[in-house]
Formats: sequence, C-alpha cells, structure tokens
Amino acid sequence: MAIMEINDITSGYGEVQILWGASMKLDEGKLTCLVGGNGAGKTTLLRSVMGLLKPWSGSILFQGKDISRMPAYGKTDLGLVLVPEGRQLFTDMSVYENLEMGSSNKRARPKLKENLEKVYTMFPRLLERSAQKAGTLSGGEQQMLAVARGIMAEPMVLMIDELSLGLAPFLVIQLFESLRTLRDMGMTIMLVEQNVQMALAISDYGYVLAEGRSGIEGPARQLIKDANVREAYLGL
Amino acid sequence: MTLLLQVQGVTKRFGGLQALTQVTFDLPAGQILGLIGPNGAGKTTLFNTINGVYHPEEGRILFQGKDITQNKPYQLAQAGMARTHQIVQPLNELTVRENVMVGACFGREKQNLLKAASIADEVLNFVGLSAKIDQLAGSLNVAQKKRLEMARALAAHPHLLLLDEVLAGLNLSEIDGMIQMVLDIRSQGITIIMIEHLMKAVMNVSDRILVLDYGMQIAEGTPQEIANHPQVIEAYLGDPKLAAKLMEDD
Repeated sequence: MAIMEINDITSGYGEVQILWGASMKLDEGKLTCLVGGNGAGKTTLLRSVMGLLKPWSGSILFQGKDISRMPAYGKTDLGLVLVPEGRQLFTDMSVYENLEMGSSNKRARPKLKENLEKVYTMFPRLLERSAQKAGTLSGGEQQMLAVARGIMAEPMVLMIDELSLGLAPFLVIQLFESLRTLRDMGMTIMLVEQNVQMALAISDYGYVLAEGRSGIEGPARQLIKDANVREAYLGL
Repeated sequence: MTLLLQVQGVTKRFGGLQALTQVTFDLPAGQILGLIGPNGAGKTTLFNTINGVYHPEEGRILFQGKDITQNKPYQLAQAGMARTHQIVQPLNELTVRENVMVGACFGREKQNLLKAASIADEVLNFVGLSAKIDQLAGSLNVAQKKRLEMARALAAHPHLLLLDEVLAGLNLSEIDGMIQMVLDIRSQGITIIMIEHLMKAVMNVSDRILVLDYGMQIAEGTPQEIANHPQVIEAYLGDPKLAAKLMEDD
C-alpha cells in the first residue's frame, strides 16, 4: 500500500526549471530510494515534497490526501520528516538538545523518552557524547545525529538526503545498515542518494531520476543489474 | 595535428584543499573536449586555471605553444580564449547588443565600437537573439541569457571556447538548439572544452572526454571508452564492492 504518492511534479528556482515531471510511490514499511546523478533534481524533489519549495504543478498525496500546498511545518505534524543534505545540525547545541529539537512536533513530544532510547540503542556513540556540542562531532557522528534527530520526530515517512556523502566506507555501511534496521521495525523510508550501487543494495524499490524526469524504476535488486541505469548516469 | 592547448601537470590548492592534482592533457585544434565529473570534482577550477583567473601552484599551460601559466584573463581573451559562466554573467544594465560588443572590443581582435556593433549583430543573428538586440540584457529569460553568454564569447572571435554548463536549466527543445549551436561553432573551426552534467549530450557531441574526480584526472578517452571505464563507473555509481558487502549482510 502506498503511503505517499508523488505525481508528475514540476518545480524549480526562480525562472530555472529543475523538475520536468517526477513521480514516485512510497510503499508503507518499505525502503524506497531515489537515485540520480548530480543536477538530476533529487534534492529539488525532496524540497518540493517537504513544502520547502512550492511545486509548480503535479500533486503529492499522503495517505490519500492531497498535501501539495501544505507548508513544511504542517507536514512535519503529519509525520513527514526530512534529514537534509549537509545535516543542518544545531552545531552549538549538545547532542541531546539536538535530539530534543527533533521531537518538537506534537506527535513526537509524548514519545520523547521512548524515541531517545531507540536512537541511543541504535547509535551508542550518541549516548556517549550526549553532552558534547554537535559541532565537535566527527563527520560520521554528525550524520548519525542527523538521522537520529529525524527518528526523534516520530516519522510516518523518513526522507533522507545524501546519507553517504563525504563519509568513509565503513561508516557508510554502518549507516546504511541502520536504515535497514529501521525499515525492519516498520518505518517507511525514502532515501535519496548519489551512490546508486549502495542505495539499490539496501532498498526494496528504486527510482532513477535523470535530468529532472522520472525514468527507470523497479525492484532494487533488479535495477542494480540493469544496464539502463548505468546509461542514465553515463549517457552511453 | 596542431595542439591548441597543452595542460601539463597542473596542480591547484586552496589552503589545505587540493582542488586539482597533476592534471595533464593535450587538446588538438578543432576538437570538442567534454569535461565531466561529480560535484566538486574541480571542473570549474580547471577552467579558471586555464583562463588565468587562478594560477596553478605546479605545472604549466601552453596555448598555441606559448606558456600562458601566469597570464591574466584579459590577456588570454586577447590571445583568443573566451568562456561562458555556469551562472550567467550578463551586464544587466546594457542592451543585448552592447553586451556582445564588449566581447568584440576586449577579445582577440580588439575591435573599435563601429566594427564591434556589426560583429555583435552578426553573432546575435547566429545565436538567434536578433529580435532582442535593443532590449536590456536583464530582461531576458534564462535560455536567452545562456545564448547571450555564448554570443559575447563568440564575438571575441576566439580560437578556444570554454563552455561551463551551457545546457543547465534549459528544456528539451532548448537543449537541442544549444547542442546544434555548439556543433556549428566547432564546424567554424573553433576548439571547445565543455563542462556538462547532461551526460547524454556531452557523450554525443564530444570527440574526447576528460573525467575529474576529487581533482584527479581519473580517465581520458573517447566517449565509448569513458562509458566503460571501471573508475568512471565507480565515481558515478559508487563502489560495487561495498554494495556487494551490503547485500551479503542482508
């Protein structure tokens, strides 16, 4: 069952059009990835879905309801949560305070304790460093904190923009595996990644965005072998 | 085969960041070289180093056999090197014609205003902006500004044209128009280096492709060779070994 449907979105910045028709469906409890080269429009699509950018046309349905025009804070209350590219942590606040900030929406507030335990179990490193300023964490720890802050928001759909960017391979593996754990716990996840091989390796279903348009899609394990995916990236 | 441009062991650093490491290639006159690579690979830095905005810490650059490593952009414009910018840089308060005249006045032939105006009219006709000639540049839309950027560079009558993402932000029919324009420019004998993210386009128009990743030149060859190069595939699609490990752990 699709918890969210993105239908033929067009969008951009000022007069520059980036998305020319992007569509995808997120099945409940599944890990769905959106891959594409740089400049394909992945982040623009996430920002449009989240309401940080107004779609020019197309629709976004969440549990069957059209939320295309809803502002970002309304969507957070519904359970749409974005882990943004570049982490965007509150660097002068402690790890704990960042997590607390994550749970500021009304659905998440009552579950603060429960979720805190969940993220500390998943990322023990964050418990060790809970009093430390977020800005002093290593790159990998900061990415863990960004994901953990997202989990604190009690997401119905967790959207993650570029989990692997700039991280050492062993950390990438660890983070990707934690996403699989979350999926196994029943969370719906949308992962946006430039690292197509790894994203497809852990996802249930994948979509390829090329030049602002949806193209190839399919079960992730099939896509990883699909020569058309390579062509979408490399042009030949 | 005359070499128009020779880049030899060029290294560029910004503080602790090594933006370009030992980049080396030869560009024969009359070819189109595609310059590709993931975000932050150093493509625009390489352009800036070739046209004198930056000077490399190591290595040298020869243009028509002459060492131009320490030359400034205006000297290189006069020597026959013109460029467009990724973020278009029109002189908004000048008309379209005046913008293009700037290219002719400060380019290879250092034209006077009279001659520059007639070159501008000619070039604007070529890029399809004749109808906008007396409008202020600031009033153009994105696709038109991209054409204007191209026209200003062409008015310098360059030997070498550096194109930085001229296709970005264009719709499909505008892209086709721009690609045709690039091919027409090449057939006039102008040598081109183009940075481009639209892989289908760059793979189709380039004679050769150079791939940068983290400032290193990871491959150089024909489009066909590049599309099958293991390091290029890894740079664009990620490491297949890590992916295999993730699937094993499942």
